[in-house]
Amino acid sequence: MMSKQVKKLSYGLVFVATACFLFWGPHLLSSYLLHVVILILFFSFLGSAWNVVSGYAGQFSFGHSAFFGVGAYLSSLLYVKSGISPWIGMLVGAVFAAGLGGFIGYLTFRYKLKGAFFALSTFAFSEMLRIIALNWSITGKAMGILIPLKEGGSFQAFQFIDKLSYYYIILLMVLCVLSVSYGLDHSKLGYYFKAIREDEEAAGSLGINILKYKTIALAISAFFTALGGTFYAQYMFYIDPDIAFGTNVTIEMILRTMLGGVGTVFGPLIGSAVLESMAEVIRSFLGEYKGVSLMLYAAMLIFVMIFFPHGLMGLVRRRPKEAADPIKR
Amino acid sequence: MELRVLLQAIVSGLLTGGVYALIGVGLNLIFGVMKIINFAHGSLLMLGMYSTYWLFTFFKIDPYLSLAITVPLLFLIGVIIQKVLINPIIEYPENNQLVLTMGVMLFLENLALFLWGPDFRTVKVSYVGTVLSLSIVRVNLLRFIAFAGGLLLALLLYIFLKKTDMGKAIRASSEEREGASVVGISVKRVHLISFGIGTACVGAAGTLMTPFFYLSPHVGHLFLLTAFMVVVMGGMGSFIGAIIGGFIIGLTESLGAVTLPGSLGQIIPFSLFVIILLFKPTGLFK
Repeated sequence: MMSKQVKKLSYGLVFVATACFLFWGPHLLSSYLLHVVILILFFSFLGSAWNVVSGYAGQFSFGHSAFFGVGAYLSSLLYVKSGISPWIGMLVGAVFAAGLGGFIGYLTFRYKLKGAFFALSTFAFSEMLRIIALNWSITGKAMGILIPLKEGGSFQAFQFIDKLSYYYIILLMVLCVLSVSYGLDHSKLGYYFKAIREDEEAAGSLGINILKYKTIALAISAFFTALGGTFYAQYMFYIDPDIAFGTNVTIEMILRTMLGGVGTVFGPLIGSAVLESMAEVIRSFLGEYKGVSLMLYAAMLIFVMIFFPHGLMGLVRRRPKEAADPIKR
Repeated sequence: MELRVLLQAIVSGLLTGGVYALIGVGLNLIFGVMKIINFAHGSLLMLGMYSTYWLFTFFKIDPYLSLAITVPLLFLIGVIIQKVLINPIIEYPENNQLVLTMGVMLFLENLALFLWGPDFRTVKVSYVGTVLSLSIVRVNLLRFIAFAGGLLLALLLYIFLKKTDMGKAIRASSEEREGASVVGISVKRVHLISFGIGTACVGAAGTLMTPFFYLSPHVGHLFLLTAFMVVVMGGMGSFIGAIIGGFIIGLTESLGAVTLPGSLGQIIPFSLFVIILLFKPTGLFK
């Protein structure tokens, strides 16, 4: 039996070791591996953002690319057209996306759209934004926006020559969204979300304002998703309507989160790490065959959905009791 | 705007609506019976189109005659998907089912990409340019056949659902799954057949469109949201609703294309869809 102090000390040591590893580890990686790690973190960030409304509050969104695209386009436009730093643009985009999320949430939840209907209406909103971006001269139409490069990089312009800087930025963002998820697991707000997910009517009869909290969940989720959009635009230096508002980025968020474990803190991170490394391994072996990597990716997803409906986190976590398990009703 | 242009747009919208109706009827049947939103519906359309293409390219089978092969083929594919993939998770929460059909969509699209490459393909029949002139409006023969064929197949399905025992069993299980199984209907079998028929419908729509539309592994994406809109507008589970929804979407799309510049016109059906979702989420006819 460990004494309390020893336990505290060992937790502290693990924490310090993890921090050192996260800080120094990437220095040892090749540029390619670092890119893979950045992608893992990036998609887990998006997945965690999606998870807030779709996992914790149980409202399945199929239109998160709307918020992603708003973040990506707003910061890029502000930078390209008026020279405003993407750091500021990132915040502006996120606030704007949160407003949009609140608007969409208020509209749809007010009319009690649920499940598939809610998913389809978010899908329709993201498609509308895609068509607007595709036809509006300010957003560059189908050509999209190419962010002009600054020689030597510049912190103010959110441009770095080394990938390490991007790694630290996305790491920080992931830590931030993970603490939000952790907070949701341990706060009143999170309990409200979960209560709504488990049984909306019961939650409502206990005095929880369902419309308000669903809308808040979507706004928070949209806020973080937009931050990811800006990060993407500044990492790739290019966005177009299909990348920003298309279904692909939405599907990535959903797949990785569902694979890792929806409604859990670490699910999106685990799902993203597993899928990304698997996709890279398959690509390196079967790269010349177009489509094979995504085929295996899809097959794995189907397999997990049938045999491990809680996702990979379901294997690690203590399973809920039979009666309380939402999967086996 | 010239009256002729407007009339032309209305006619062409109605023609497209006939095909959308058939796509919608298929999706609707699957939703009505199993309460599953099938994200793979567009990819199944794509499979129907490719089957037609290969039958035409290798065996010189006329696209319309190939219906005799593509419809049973797609029915079989639907039955297999239902039996192997959907059935095990039929009692799971909606989100898991959505993601599963999304997985099927990704798989089929990339299978097509792997087998047939990313190239855009077209089927060129000898009568491709034939145009029927009705006073001031001109109608492309291929689009007219697709319209008539789509409606005819939908009508056949309607008669099947109304008159046959199997059709009645399908309608019963769509209204009350447990009640149907209590009175001795094999709900599992009903699910197999319904998913098969739904898939066959969208496959037939694919075949009907192949002579005047291009094919690519991702062509289904173009029709996925359209199919959803058709079904939701008309009312999920409402057969007539799906047909009328098909016409509404076809019309608004085509009118949007002539009144707004670029592809901006597509925004009109989307906005209409959102408005209907907000004020009458159960659809116009339910």
